[in-house]
Amino acid sequence: MRVALFVACFNDALFPGTGRAVVRLLERLGHEVAFPSAQTCCGQMHWTTGYHAEAAGLARGFAAAFAGHDAIVTPSASCAATVRRDHARILRAAGERDVPPAPPVHELTEFLVDVLGVTDVGASFPHRVAYHPTCHSARALGAGDRPLRLLRAVRGLELAEIPAADECCGFGGTFALKNADVSVALVADKVRHIRSAAPDVVCAVDNSCLAHIGGALSRQRSGVRVLHLAEILAGDGA
Amino acid sequence: MTPRPKFAAAARPALADTALRRALADTAADARARRAAAVAELPDWPALRAAGRAVKDRTLLNLDACLERLERAVVDAGGTVHWAENAAQAARTVVRLAAAAGAGEVAAPAASVLEEIGLDGALTAAGIAVHRTGADAEFPAGARVAVTGVDLMVAETGTMVALERAGDVRRCLTVPDALITVAGLEQVVPDRADLEVLLQSVSRSAGERLAPVVSAWTGVVAGDGPAAFHLVLVDNGRTRALADEVGRAALRCVGCDACLHVCPVYERTGPEPYGAPHAGPIGAIRTPQLRGVASAANASLPFASTLCGACADVCPVEIDIPEVLVRLRGKVVDARRGRPVPTPELAMMRAAAWTLTDPHRYEAALRGGTRWARLLARGGRIRRLPGRLGVWTDARDLPVPPARSFRVWWRDRGERP
Ligand code: SF4
Repeated sequence: MRVALFVACFNDALFPGTGRAVVRLLERLGHEVAFPSAQTCCGQMHWTTGYHAEAAGLARGFAAAFAGHDAIVTPSASCAATVRRDHARILRAAGERDVPPAPPVHELTEFLVDVLGVTDVGASFPHRVAYHPTCHSARALGAGDRPLRLLRAVRGLELAEIPAADECCGFGGTFALKNADVSVALVADKVRHIRSAAPDVVCAVDNSCLAHIGGALSRQRSGVRVLHLAEILAGDGA
Repeated sequence: MTPRPKFAAAARPALADTALRRALADTAADARARRAAAVAELPDWPALRAAGRAVKDRTLLNLDACLERLERAVVDAGGTVHWAENAAQAARTVVRLAAAAGAGEVAAPAASVLEEIGLDGALTAAGIAVHRTGADAEFPAGARVAVTGVDLMVAETGTMVALERAGDVRRCLTVPDALITVAGLEQVVPDRADLEVLLQSVSRSAGERLAPVVSAWTGVVAGDGPAAFHLVLVDNGRTRALADEVGRAALRCVGCDACLHVCPVYERTGPEPYGAPHAGPIGAIRTPQLRGVASAANASLPFASTLCGACADVCPVEIDIPEVLVRLRGKVVDARRGRPVPTPELAMMRAAAWTLTDPHRYEAALRGGTRWARLLARGGRIRRLPGRLGVWTDARDLPVPPARSFRVWWRDRGERP
């Protein structure tokens, strides 16, 4: 299958390794990856911060960049939710009528489990790993146990369970800046819960949340690393 | 009077209050557990939510007709209906009615609508003492006039219904002279079948099979209870909210508080930073809807959420709270667009959108931003960001962006065999 990758601007700049992992993983599973070069940003930050007219321009740009692709994959659950759930709202709020359906974007674990029908992707990762279900993956997309099924099939991986895992890490986009104190109070509790599970690595399907959690873990010199799930699934034990 | 501070500033004392933090966490955990158990007992909670939503949507669609029907039923039952456009008018009406009944004091159990209209201040200014009966205050033995809120009103019969844990409203129903009930326009439901649906969903959502004390009162009964019954129906921004296609969903709220107890922000700040009368996720919507976003404090409320969505998952009438919050954020931003000098945030967001709508500009910015960020790195991480971004690095590191972005790697990789 020919799969178009939407890497998400955040990953493009800060976490290119996640994009490379998705490419490596999909190619290992026998698929061809395309990277439409006109892609930039889905408009999530503008939309959720209240800059709706600006978000509409980005939603239109997204549709143009991915026109003609019928299998689009992204390693960002929040961007997938923005396109699938919010792009139509954004365009309607901008006064457009007869809004066409948004491009069919799948979050990576949905794509693997639902579209490709695989849970064992042939990965090996001999470490103790905790999975954090981000709000957009768990609530907005309803990812359910797909990420965990994928993780359970990874060779050598030991799962650690985080208490109160479904509670928000406190990132929330510009919330982390506008309400920095509340945001820090939330991530402090998240990190306390994570450390109580004593993992080597915390993974998720949103690098934005992981940057937040990882930023606090790093500030504490906790020694616990954060890693996008794709980078675990791409690992073949090398 | 100094204006109420913005949410972020108002939250700081609460965040630092150890005892409050512990109490809030305990209350939330308890409420969540009770709600989960009460909901799990039902064969089909999703169906009940959908039914509750449908009742409210149908009501709001024909709100005028429904309220007229309510008014007729209340009048037929011997009561009087008063319409108040705003909070001040509602408070004046209640004061006038209480004074006309000759009351020097009134019993008034806590209710958010009474707080909304600023009743205590208005009564006190008129020389009428308020007995805020409730958890730690006795019902005043000699009270002849009472003012209450209400949870639901049935248009068909003109019946008022209150759901309570302790029964403070119930004790008001036997005052001899006058019972004055204040209600928001949206609290009406068409008929008894609708009431049945919402009684179930509100109770379960609040963690009960049925609220411990359910009181119902209708008009005036000769020889029993108060000699006069007054219903004050308050608009105060509700009609305006109703005209907003997305924002009107918030008028479905039945006040069960389930969203408060699952909200990670509320669990750490408590009600204070939201200002009165509504707190938590629904308060972050209702206060700006009722009072507008002109004040900095009210304008900050829609931003007091991570948009995690936990509230929308539990709401018994399926209010998509994050969606409404995002719409209100748009209103706040739009109200500021007209300023002669753009806010720094507006300038930044415009520049970002201009950059992001063109792949070449985007890539140039990516290169520049990466170079800049890499200069800030110390020991493999960014420990201090300048300017307004510094609040991030006050407590959190930032990873250093790798020299090569994904798109450059992709290009360098070239065509695959
Ligand atoms: S918005 Fe909150 S208080 Fe209102 S009905 Fe929904 S969950 Fe209950």
